[in-house]
Amino acid sequence: MRAKFSPASAIGRPFKLLIDANRKYGLEWWLLVIGTLIVLFIIFLAFFPQTLAPYDPLDQDTGPQLSPPSRENLMGTDNLQRDIFSRMIYGSRTILGVAFSAAIISSLAGVTLGLLSGFLGGVIDRILSLIMDSIYSFPGLILAIAFAAMLGPGVFNITLAVAVIYIPTYFRLVRGQTLSIKEELYVEAARAIGAKRWTIIGRYIFPNAIATVVVIFSLNIADAIMTEAALSYIGLGLPAGIPDWGMDLSMGKKFLPSGTWWMVTFPGLMIMILALGFTLLGEALAEILNPRLLER
Amino acid sequence: MLFILLTLVFVVLRIMPGDPVKAVLGAHAPPHVIEAKRAELGLNKPLIIQYFNYLGQLVRFDLGDSMVLKQKVSAPIKEKLPATLELSVMGMFFTLIIGIPLGAFSASKRRSARDLGIRLYGNIVYCIPVYWMGLMLQLVFGIWLGVLPVAGRTGARVFPSLFEKTGFYLLDTLLVGNFAAFGDVLVHLLLPSITLGIVLSGVFVRLTRANMLDILKSDYILAARARGIPERKVVYKHGLKNAFIPILTMLGLQFALLLANAILTETTFSWPGIARLLLERIYLRDYPTVQGVIVVFALIVSLISLIVDLLYAVIDPRVKY
Repeated sequence: MRAKFSPASAIGRPFKLLIDANRKYGLEWWLLVIGTLIVLFIIFLAFFPQTLAPYDPLDQDTGPQLSPPSRENLMGTDNLQRDIFSRMIYGSRTILGVAFSAAIISSLAGVTLGLLSGFLGGVIDRILSLIMDSIYSFPGLILAIAFAAMLGPGVFNITLAVAVIYIPTYFRLVRGQTLSIKEELYVEAARAIGAKRWTIIGRYIFPNAIATVVVIFSLNIADAIMTEAALSYIGLGLPAGIPDWGMDLSMGKKFLPSGTWWMVTFPGLMIMILALGFTLLGEALAEILNPRLLER
Repeated sequence: MLFILLTLVFVVLRIMPGDPVKAVLGAHAPPHVIEAKRAELGLNKPLIIQYFNYLGQLVRFDLGDSMVLKQKVSAPIKEKLPATLELSVMGMFFTLIIGIPLGAFSASKRRSARDLGIRLYGNIVYCIPVYWMGLMLQLVFGIWLGVLPVAGRTGARVFPSLFEKTGFYLLDTLLVGNFAAFGDVLVHLLLPSITLGIVLSGVFVRLTRANMLDILKSDYILAARARGIPERKVVYKHGLKNAFIPILTMLGLQFALLLANAILTETTFSWPGIARLLLERIYLRDYPTVQGVIVVFALIVSLISLIVDLLYAVIDPRVKY
């Protein structure tokens, strides 16, 4: 029976949903909520930096040089008298942008190649798998460093360098899925009624293989965030002038011996929180979408 | 795998924009000098011949000559590799020491507050950038408390040339019997390897926990409990021993992650290892050396997975080769 509409139930319903979900999924649900909140919060920062940040990130006159956190400069200032708090807010744009686009590029490439490789089989499959497996087993960051070094600094280049190392993740996943879906009865039926290859790949295999990609995507962004930050930390990432957490961190490293802890602490904390948000999100999604894992 | 990676690196390095010869000689070098240098380096030949020349060198364990400095590519690698390996092995040691017991404990107290705490630790630690962890530890132990050194492999009063034999300073100092130097080396190793250990322990906490949960549900654990064997012994002897195989597999896989993190740790702690060599040579555009370092990394990764495969037989008597 449908409950009668009332304002109280309208307000109460989302809460009831939350509580039901808590009962059903327990801890995973809360991790999902926390992860989502973190991610949304930082995306919010990235969308409205002008209103949220008290200073321009490049403004070199926001207070005394290298001053510790105070009311004027919530996270202190750096060696060029820039406000670290504002730089953190603007920096979220850079890291989110790079991580998102890298994850999108690598998922597009990985999913496409995985579908083709799994579906077509034969020599193409063998060659692609071999290449992907070798990239996969190699330390990703080192590969990204090599690529970033060759491509030179720049937002697009660093995105590309990060994207390359995650293609195999999607490739392996989708290829495996495709291999098993290919043998399903409904694909056989589609083939029997004379569906074209592309129809089979696009309409039958792709939608069924894509479900797992969502989970990986979130975890992948978390990884891409760490890689981007690492690349710009070792100075291979972005040209100067773009506020970036990794770069601020490596700047702060130079002043650490004199005890300026704020230049190092806050960028690192932001990287960690952001990566944690996406990890929690991905893990919780994985557990909720995959009931077999729930017993753990 | 090694071969594929080699080819990939070779091709990518060659098709990238930017002329290494011009990078070495400067953009305004006269054309005949550039041409001569190119011939000297063998870069004027067709790509495919260059490729086979390179492969030919490699099977003779020759990584070629550096383009920028007058030395073999292998010389600096040989010199710096032990530092990286020493750091990695110590880092792995701390990872296992922290990760496995925590994971096993967490599994044995499933769905309790302590389990939750340890799981959160695993997740959080996994997301800490390793260089940031290093800097924070430097700040606390090196700068605020001033008890541990923050950079380098030895202190100022220890001269590595006195005991350098294998390049592994811990081993060298022991071989010579110089315990003061041994202590100094150990103290310098402590912060970087603990940094690595903490950050990587997150993966192992999760892995050990997941495997232990599977194992603790199995029949022989039930049987062991039924026989009245103390719970502690059931978990840590009967259970944990059987969890080691998947953990070992992961150890092999995670070695790649360890190496990647070692690079960042080396930069943070001014550790004179192979990672710093890689970065220095990238800035110098010394492609043969960059290529060489990547080859060495690939070699290490494949070697580790081979060793892991062989270790299965040692740990699990059912596995025979």
